[in-house]
Amino acid sequence: MDLDRQQPLLVIENLHVAVGGSEVLRGINLSINEGETHVLLGPNGGGKTTLLNTIVGLPGYRITQGSITFKGTDLADLEIDERARLGIGVAFQRPPAVRGIKLRQLIEVAAGEGDHEVLLADLIGDLSLLKMVDRDVNMGFSGGEMKRSEMAQLIAQAPELTLFDEPESGVDLDNIAVVGKAMNRLLKAERVGKGTRAGLIVTHTGHILEYVNADIGHVLYNGKLACKGNPLDLIGEIGKHGYGKCVECAICQM
Amino acid sequence: MPDVEARKTEIHRLAEVAADKPATYGPDLDLGSFDVAADAKSVESLESLNKQTKEAALDIGFDTTEDDRSGSYFQMDRSPIYRKVEQMFDNKLEIMSTEEALALYPELMYEKYYWRNVAPDKDKYTAQVALTRTEGYFIRVKAGQKIDKPIQACLFVSENNVSQNVHSIIILEEGAEANVLTGCTIHPKVRNGLHAGISEFYVGKGAKLTFTMIHNWSEDFHVRPRTGVTVEEDGVYISNYVMLRPVCSLQTFPVARLIGDRSRAVFNSIVYGLDDSYVDIGSETSLEGAGTRSEAVARTVSADRSTIYSRGRLIGRNNDCKAHLDCRGIVQSESSTQWAIPDLASVGAPGAELSHEAAISPIAAEEIYYLMSRGVPKDEAISMITRGFLDLDIPGLPPALRRQIDKALEETAKESM
Repeated sequence: MDLDRQQPLLVIENLHVAVGGSEVLRGINLSINEGETHVLLGPNGGGKTTLLNTIVGLPGYRITQGSITFKGTDLADLEIDERARLGIGVAFQRPPAVRGIKLRQLIEVAAGEGDHEVLLADLIGDLSLLKMVDRDVNMGFSGGEMKRSEMAQLIAQAPELTLFDEPESGVDLDNIAVVGKAMNRLLKAERVGKGTRAGLIVTHTGHILEYVNADIGHVLYNGKLACKGNPLDLIGEIGKHGYGKCVECAICQM
Repeated sequence: MPDVEARKTEIHRLAEVAADKPATYGPDLDLGSFDVAADAKSVESLESLNKQTKEAALDIGFDTTEDDRSGSYFQMDRSPIYRKVEQMFDNKLEIMSTEEALALYPELMYEKYYWRNVAPDKDKYTAQVALTRTEGYFIRVKAGQKIDKPIQACLFVSENNVSQNVHSIIILEEGAEANVLTGCTIHPKVRNGLHAGISEFYVGKGAKLTFTMIHNWSEDFHVRPRTGVTVEEDGVYISNYVMLRPVCSLQTFPVARLIGDRSRAVFNSIVYGLDDSYVDIGSETSLEGAGTRSEAVARTVSADRSTIYSRGRLIGRNNDCKAHLDCRGIVQSESSTQWAIPDLASVGAPGAELSHEAAISPIAAEEIYYLMSRGVPKDEAISMITRGFLDLDIPGLPPALRRQIDKALEETAKESM
């Protein structure tokens, strides 16, 4: 196997995170290599979004122990925008509406310097954005529009690691397919001289996995990674037995 | 012309009585501390103005090349130094100084337009203009004429510590349409002074006036515009006001009376309070005709040690009228103060529908983080959001006017970085 493709992109070691004084994550260890797509399953309130937001660097998520390293750099002292420029992108579950900022502007900003006309035209076609690009971003967007808007911004940003927070939530079936296709475009894009991109998908239903191939699944339960395995197998087991059994289930590779 | 003489005497008498009358709002000024604006020489072409004057004019949307304009009026201190109507608009459009209009049409002016929408004894500033008027423009668009290119006017102060007391009148006859872009500004060397401006607008039956005003002043300058508008049947008045630079004090409260049935008024205001600026802006719409509609939208941002009052008054006087007020403010600094003061009244009109939304809040942190997550540094994100907040979508705004507002916002965004 090509050794280059096995470089760990993101390394999380013994991560403890407190939100508003209470510990939500209690010793997470997770490594994502270039080209890998991981899935984070788990019940609501289990800490999935906390883990994502901690990687993104949102305030209010305090690391009390452990570390997050991306491409060899400790993220602890980096601002949100510095992490983004280092190669971390995030598709939010419920992104805020920003009055006066058009989706078009955000796509251009995410893409960075240069002329983005071709990219914009491509995204408008691919994600049916024609009626959205000149509207205030997320202002009155439907669930599907919101997700398509997030995907367009991320394809423009082209991060090495993309975090997806519940990409299927609030989206109808037609839109899930479009979002899934966009996720594949994002994750499978080959970059000249570099490995393929990586992703971490948070989902509690697993529906998005009908459209996106993921390599490794994890179950986040009670602030810890309780289980690791083939994502579809994990979902099957959870469907039968619930999350409570994850710790002792048969297919776990931990 | 006995009527004209009688009216002149009456205006004078009213003004004299009000010479010391403080305004309802805003800090009271000692008018005796300002000199009367001086005379300036006329110019044959706007290109002959000096570079600094041209640049200052361009900042408020006055293009001295006159590209894409139907006519121009330029006043330096007390003197109208340039006026021109492009040939293709001859006989459709008149542009001259108010002085000339009073000489040319005395009866018409005194009877119908001069001090008819604004009272000379409203306060000491109207009185000052009535007693020591220093020109102003007269623009009249003939019946049925649609002037597609903007008419531009610039009221320019080039000397320190003067009081520019202008009186401007715009008349749109029945079915006429025009976009008037007025910029008021000062030479970069000017520090202090006063601009007292009377504006009286008459929008005829089925006529449409889009009036865009961009103001650029300085830290020690005082501004007291007084505006009165009447709109007849099916007429439309749209006001866009932009002020994005520091000022010492500015107080304005234009009043639009929708006297004709189905007439409409829209006020859009964009204000950025910087340094120690004291800004008190607002508008009043009186809905008198049946089926009248009005909307007032204000976006204010206060930074540094500035104080902003954003007022809006809607008065429903007809059972079939509807109006909405929308004022939002962002406070960017702990030393700045903002007031949003919506004011609604239904006067003998139980069917009037009046509503308002007023909000003052910081920039939402989650919006900043959202932009940062796309790689935008924090300062830049705040500047983008502020610019976006002030960037009102003004439907039907002519592209030339849109460009001027965009440019003013762009400059502000650059400077705030």
